[in-house]
Amino acid sequence: MVAATYQLKRADFIFKNENDWEKVLSKTLESEPRELINELMSSELKGRGGAGFPTGLKWKLSSEEKSKTKYVICNADEGEPGTFKDREILTKVPYKVLTAMAVCGHVIGSGKGYIYLRGEYKFLVPDLEKAIKEFEYYCKEIGFKFTIDIFMGSGAYICGEETALFESMEGKRGEPRNKPPFPTSIGYMNEPTVINNVETLAHTYTIFKYGSKKFYDLGVQYSRGSKLFSVSGDTPKPGIYELELGMSLQDFVSEFGDGDTKAVQVGGASGFLVPRKRFEETTIGFQGKLTGISLPTGGSMMLFNSSRSMFNVLDNYLDFFNEESCGQCSPCRVGCQQLLKGIKAVKRGEKTALYLDKLLKLSETMQMTAKCGLGQSVGNSFSSIVENFREEMIY
Amino acid sequence: MAKKINISINGLAAEIAEGKTILDAADQMGVIVPTLCYHKDLCVAGNCRVCVVEVVGQKRLAAACATPCEEGMEIMTNSLKVRNSRKHIIELLLSEHESDCTKCYKNGNCELQELASEYKIMTQDFIRLAPLKNYTIDMFSPSIVKDDSKCIRCQRCVRTCAELQGVNALTVAHKGDEMKIATFFEKTMNDVVCTNCGQCVNHCPTGALVEKNYIEEVWDAISDPNKHVVVQTAPAVRVGLGEELGLPVGSRVTGQMVAALKRLGFDSVLDTDFTADLTIMEEGTELLTRLKKALVEKDQAVQLPMATSCSPGWIKYIEHMYPEYLGNLSTCKSPQQMFGALVKTYYAKARKIEPDNIVSVSVMPCTAKKFEASRPEMHDSGYRDVDYVLTTRELAIMVKQAGIDFNKLPQTEYDRLMGDSTGAGVIFGATGGVMEAALRTAYEIVTGREVPFKNLDITPVRGMDGVREASIKIENPVKEWAFLDGVELKCAIAHGLVNAKVVMDAIKSGESNYHFIEFMACPGGCLGGGGQPIPTNPEIRKKRAEAIYAEDAGMPLRKSHENPEVLKIYEDFLGEPLGEKSHHLLHTKYITRDRF
Repeated sequence: MVAATYQLKRADFIFKNENDWEKVLSKTLESEPRELINELMSSELKGRGGAGFPTGLKWKLSSEEKSKTKYVICNADEGEPGTFKDREILTKVPYKVLTAMAVCGHVIGSGKGYIYLRGEYKFLVPDLEKAIKEFEYYCKEIGFKFTIDIFMGSGAYICGEETALFESMEGKRGEPRNKPPFPTSIGYMNEPTVINNVETLAHTYTIFKYGSKKFYDLGVQYSRGSKLFSVSGDTPKPGIYELELGMSLQDFVSEFGDGDTKAVQVGGASGFLVPRKRFEETTIGFQGKLTGISLPTGGSMMLFNSSRSMFNVLDNYLDFFNEESCGQCSPCRVGCQQLLKGIKAVKRGEKTALYLDKLLKLSETMQMTAKCGLGQSVGNSFSSIVENFREEMIY
Repeated sequence: MAKKINISINGLAAEIAEGKTILDAADQMGVIVPTLCYHKDLCVAGNCRVCVVEVVGQKRLAAACATPCEEGMEIMTNSLKVRNSRKHIIELLLSEHESDCTKCYKNGNCELQELASEYKIMTQDFIRLAPLKNYTIDMFSPSIVKDDSKCIRCQRCVRTCAELQGVNALTVAHKGDEMKIATFFEKTMNDVVCTNCGQCVNHCPTGALVEKNYIEEVWDAISDPNKHVVVQTAPAVRVGLGEELGLPVGSRVTGQMVAALKRLGFDSVLDTDFTADLTIMEEGTELLTRLKKALVEKDQAVQLPMATSCSPGWIKYIEHMYPEYLGNLSTCKSPQQMFGALVKTYYAKARKIEPDNIVSVSVMPCTAKKFEASRPEMHDSGYRDVDYVLTTRELAIMVKQAGIDFNKLPQTEYDRLMGDSTGAGVIFGATGGVMEAALRTAYEIVTGREVPFKNLDITPVRGMDGVREASIKIENPVKEWAFLDGVELKCAIAHGLVNAKVVMDAIKSGESNYHFIEFMACPGGCLGGGGQPIPTNPEIRKKRAEAIYAEDAGMPLRKSHENPEVLKIYEDFLGEPLGEKSHHLLHTKYITRDRF
């Protein structure tokens, strides 16, 4: 457990299980959708998948759509390298997620929920199905029409992107769609859809149970509430921790580092690498005016000590993207190949060090022009690693 | 009226109808935004990202083709950010594309090449990725060559095959760096459900999908003094060839085309329109016979509606997808194959040439015709009926190679004996044309009067709607056809195989009660065929159709049964429509093919 000298503000909501979901559900369903949306809005909960879209606004937009059929989808395609929190939520407190989905159904006017489960999490299915069965039984008992199905992913990282996820569910190739239109108006089966990350849904449970204030009081401005962090890498205590947002990276490293931390990758392969010299000025949370450098994260925190080659780290990430790009849009499909082959060529001396600058510009183009979040975020890790560890790329 | 919104492009304000994309708006304002994956025939993909533009205030660039305009949007199509990104994207595409342009069949008619030239991509800084490790060059199809090394994965072909044709022969396989356009289980093109229609070729921006060309084979035949090389030209070629040789879209170049073919060295330049007229005689008679059997003799075995059989793409489609309806197909061969069978029999005899020494070439707006000519059934003359099929594009290449200044050619007439045609034969090139030609003849046979339309223009069957219906009531027929009195002949026309599917499904479900249906595999009919000049789009097809109908209107004879050479061939050689000789040479059988 966390030591006494702990500088970080620990929170304990997600995994605290008082087994009261039936009470929370029936109580919440008594409230008007409008009230619930207001509650969510005032909590300032933002999406915990990494992109940080205000959850209340998402539900509000969907609730305003006129369509008869709407869907609630729980995105459990947890594929970001270094993230393993959703699995834990679904194992330990599945009822919180199911309850939140049903409440969302109540708010937006939907009777159908889906859990899009990562292919590798197949082993969760029997327990989850049991929970769903019990949950649906209770819904029936209280006269609330809401059913939930599990849809299994097949292992493609891109299907965690919400529109690619819809395509996958519709039986098509998992390729992201053009946005706009956004899922809140045209989502799964071209119907208005709320799609939330597992953790986001679990947080709404907290908010519905305790009220928005309790959640809002945690964290800092623009980054309210707590968040689960998947801590891995060179750390003596890897695992999942619920911490308040807005902490400084320095505090985080003091707690979790092994004393020799050279850099931390915040947000997985699609996130940013922060070198030691920037630990102090970096906070973990969403972009805002108050904070200096503030990095959002889906929860992945990978620590690297001085024994690690940052070239190898980048090579690994790019290899991952190279394989997991859907291949649809040119900046991502070809860009990933060029970045990967490019750093190898520089390392081998086939291209001069100046070629790294050309690649940095390319990664900028990818950020600006790729069709979806995958291609847009390849440049994050690329530029933050190459800029901070240029010498490791060359020699 | 759609609501208008205010935007600005490059500082110029404009009012745009709500719902329009940035690309539409730019087009309306005369601002050119380059595109690659965008095509007017297809849905928006937004995957090449060449059309990115800057929207002031947004961090990322927006794909113009896929982004709807919003009130107050300030758009920059040529800012430094845009230019640099666009250049990057073109460089990336070039790095994965086999850019050895001089060795490419599409050299000079490649959208990627044009872009590279426009943006003056003079260096190749990025690492050369082409050819990718899992690429193949598939030359097994008699119609289409698919070369993955030239593919830029814009998915136009995939969307074409799915949206225009509903065939889905081409789909996307794998992901990441291995993503490619592939057939079912990556089998060869001749071994999958592909109709050879060539619409993918027409929509491919690069040289990844091209027709299998037979230019050298035809040159060899022409140069062989022992061979008598006969060429036939399909109706739609005369309204397409000009485009490929620098003339405006919709130019009618029949006379110059004949002159060019003669200068190329063909021994005899004849017209497929002749056998189009012959088709009408055979198919019209077949329809009336079927109607008689069904209405008078109450023969349950007669299959109605009767479907046309001129389009080889459609034939392969029905063989794959609706084999239970093969009995509904007219047994008539297509005009090309009728022509082929007659060249090595009737023509050979009349001109006293050994059929062995005849090389029969056809110029078609079509890639599926290459497949059709290679079908084992098509040897009724005792030889391969049509030896080589050239597309309109291949003919244009030959004209250029021969150093012929097409514009300066005199108007020349087709050679005689199978060179005569009527307006009815010409309109075979447009969707609805076969129907119109058939009605002109059948109605007159039955009633003794001309069809009751002004100037013989049966306008209800014309146009570009995907499925069209028409009916014509038969009144006061001649004695022989008295049983048809009062019958309303119900017809339908479908072009583009997705529309064919609509009609076939309606037949299958029993919703429709047509007598006669014209099916064409390609959008717009043959004038929009897979062998026609590239690019193609709805406006271009419309102009070609106008040219076809103008050609028809200008013909002295406009009904197939008035074609003097057609009358003569029945007198001298065939006997009568559906007679024994006709049956042997002009009709064929179909086979059931797998759906996978």
